[in-house]
Amino acid sequence: MSGPSDSERIAISEIVARGIRRRRAAEARFKTYGAIAILIAIAFLLTLFATIFSNGISAFTQTHIRLELALDPALIDPDGTRDPEKLKSGNYRKIIETALFSRLNVDAKSPDARLARLMLSDFSHYELRDRVVGNPDLVGTTESVWLPAHSNIDQYIKGAIKKETPNERRLVKDQQIAWADELAAAGDLKRTFNRYLFTRGASSKPELAGLEVALIGSFWMMLIVLVFAVPIGVSAAVYLEEFAKKNSLNDIIEVNINNLAAVPSIVFGILGLAVFVNTIGLPRSTPVVGGLVLTLMTLPTIIIATRAALKAVPPSIREAALGVGASKMQSIFHHVLPLSAPAVLTGTIIGLAQALGETAPLLIVGLFAFVVQAPATPFDSSSALPVQIYLWATYQERGFVERTSAGIIVLLAFMIGMNLLAIILRSRFERRW
Amino acid sequence: MNIKALVMAGAAMAVLASPAVAREIKVKGSSTVLPYAEIVAENFQKSTQYKVTVEGGGSSAGLKDFCLGLGEDKIDIANASRQIKKAEVETCAKNGVSDIIEVQFGYDGIVFASDVKGPAIALEPKDVFLAIAETVAYNGVPVPNEAKTLKDVNAAFPAWPIKFFIPGEKHGTREVFEEKVVIPGCKASGTLEAYVKAGKDEKAAEAACKKFNKDFAVDIDGDYTETLARLDSNKKSIGVFGLAFYESNTDKLRVATVSGVTPTGATVASGEYPVSRPLFFYIKKAHLPVIPGLKEYAEFFVSEDMIGPGGPLETKGLVPAPDAEREAVRATVSDETTLK
Repeated sequence: MSGPSDSERIAISEIVARGIRRRRAAEARFKTYGAIAILIAIAFLLTLFATIFSNGISAFTQTHIRLELALDPALIDPDGTRDPEKLKSGNYRKIIETALFSRLNVDAKSPDARLARLMLSDFSHYELRDRVVGNPDLVGTTESVWLPAHSNIDQYIKGAIKKETPNERRLVKDQQIAWADELAAAGDLKRTFNRYLFTRGASSKPELAGLEVALIGSFWMMLIVLVFAVPIGVSAAVYLEEFAKKNSLNDIIEVNINNLAAVPSIVFGILGLAVFVNTIGLPRSTPVVGGLVLTLMTLPTIIIATRAALKAVPPSIREAALGVGASKMQSIFHHVLPLSAPAVLTGTIIGLAQALGETAPLLIVGLFAFVVQAPATPFDSSSALPVQIYLWATYQERGFVERTSAGIIVLLAFMIGMNLLAIILRSRFERRW
Repeated sequence: MNIKALVMAGAAMAVLASPAVAREIKVKGSSTVLPYAEIVAENFQKSTQYKVTVEGGGSSAGLKDFCLGLGEDKIDIANASRQIKKAEVETCAKNGVSDIIEVQFGYDGIVFASDVKGPAIALEPKDVFLAIAETVAYNGVPVPNEAKTLKDVNAAFPAWPIKFFIPGEKHGTREVFEEKVVIPGCKASGTLEAYVKAGKDEKAAEAACKKFNKDFAVDIDGDYTETLARLDSNKKSIGVFGLAFYESNTDKLRVATVSGVTPTGATVASGEYPVSRPLFFYIKKAHLPVIPGLKEYAEFFVSEDMIGPGGPLETKGLVPAPDAEREAVRATVSDETTLK
């Protein structure tokens, strides 16, 4: 029995060294693949953010035109009553046109008059009306008022409609460009922060369309999800995790809950239409129906998150509680549940964020609606944030392109905010054992 | 405590859900009519105290909901880009919606357009049919279509590979496209005749005309914005759009003439441009006395300020009906004349 000879030894160490080299190379390759995968993901994400932001950021400003409006009592308040109801039927269009034509030196009968009218929003007379009705003392005075410019003018100022396009194909004509440039030079045309985006509901005019109804509708729905899904979800999870006996029925329930979390959301929409709208008779297009559908959708997420959180509480806590004489219920409600609360909260917030971005089931229960006035209660017609984005994406006017992206930015801001909150709560309060 | 909160929330909701006396006007239907209905609803709400909710979803979906029955939880008006079908009227009647007021408020043109930088194209229904049909007549016998490029169809066309983006089956526009372009093209090319000669009855022959090569005629189930995006990525293709959509995108699209006529508001209204259709909305007569503001809404919709020439709907792309038709439809609404 003798060991391997020197030459054999060299050969073996050679083989071992080759093996090590191979394994190291494989490891290096794997790392590179991983890095490439992450780079690709980041590149996609950056492209997404870059396109959305470059398209949408301009919607946060809006072009306005200043006019000196003579609020002639003969046109808006012939009886001199200053009664807000009477003021509503005044001829505000005439006031604006008179001021506009004199500012642009256009004869009301010339063909240019039509182009001049298209400088301002079609609904600017309603803007003026609301202002005068809100402050009847304005009647008879001359006011300097900033009125929203027509969406096409706004798009020209923002560069989405280009000067280089031949006049006959351009949505803004040469004459209008000359006027816009002249107004801008005189300081009577300005881009300011777009309040309308947050204070107005749906509108067929891009310059006056906003997310108010959608934001309030989404707020109601989130509230309903919170009110229904959290108590039901947490109770169900506590029961299943702590009280339910291990038998085949409960196994089936458990499997089904896990499966429900993976059911496409549109199915919940169809269920909601059949149950909440057609059977119970809740009104279509309202946050209450949308909220209940989203509750159904969020329940499994919350149940699963809560059960995982309960499971993570070590048995020693339960045993200690039972050992000093607490009942099972006391041990759960005084010790286990409070200790798992941060994780439950995190799960809930993530479930809510998911529900906030959900579109498909809402389309089915009619939240796909054109609603101008904000819903005062969850039983009024409304829209929802992601649905509003979808609606805007289908409109033909150029002005809605940037608004679609702006809607996405607002939605993303909420989602990132909610997820950030979840992360902070988790890192702050989560207990490790 | 959780349970208590739940019960309280439930109770609060039950109170709120008790039947409201005045509810808003509910409208649903065609996505083609939607922008017009939105303008009307917006103007109506700004000048009255009534509330209107307008939903899209398509003509068929709207009429289906419309025919579900009467009652506070059902819609009041269905928008449609086609006339109500006999079967739908029957379903309606079965569910108690027997008195329906039909309002035809204007016209809509359907145009073919390609990328603005491309050449001008003059289409005939026959050319469109010969380009996209699966089967065409050759010497009076139906044979598989072998055209690969537009030039194969008509030497005047550019040598583009054939690519038409047409509205999907769920759109009312598809029906108009088939009836006003494909069937006439099928006839003009002699294919319909060939089918009949080969033993098909009229109906089967027409159905055979509507069989397209799916690579050449791509269904778009989304909106015109999607069609526009497809044209953007494939410059050598032709898309089907609404006249209004084209007019808002003249800097991106070049419109094709059909049978030598350029689509404009004037040529559509006069009927000179062949590919157009009437637009409708349907009202439940039984809802008129119950839903406050419903009649006012209908009257507001058909008022000269809305559907007349120079009105906001025309600006949006609606082709106003001739004067006499507009007068007649106003009479229909004010007299509440129902469908026979």
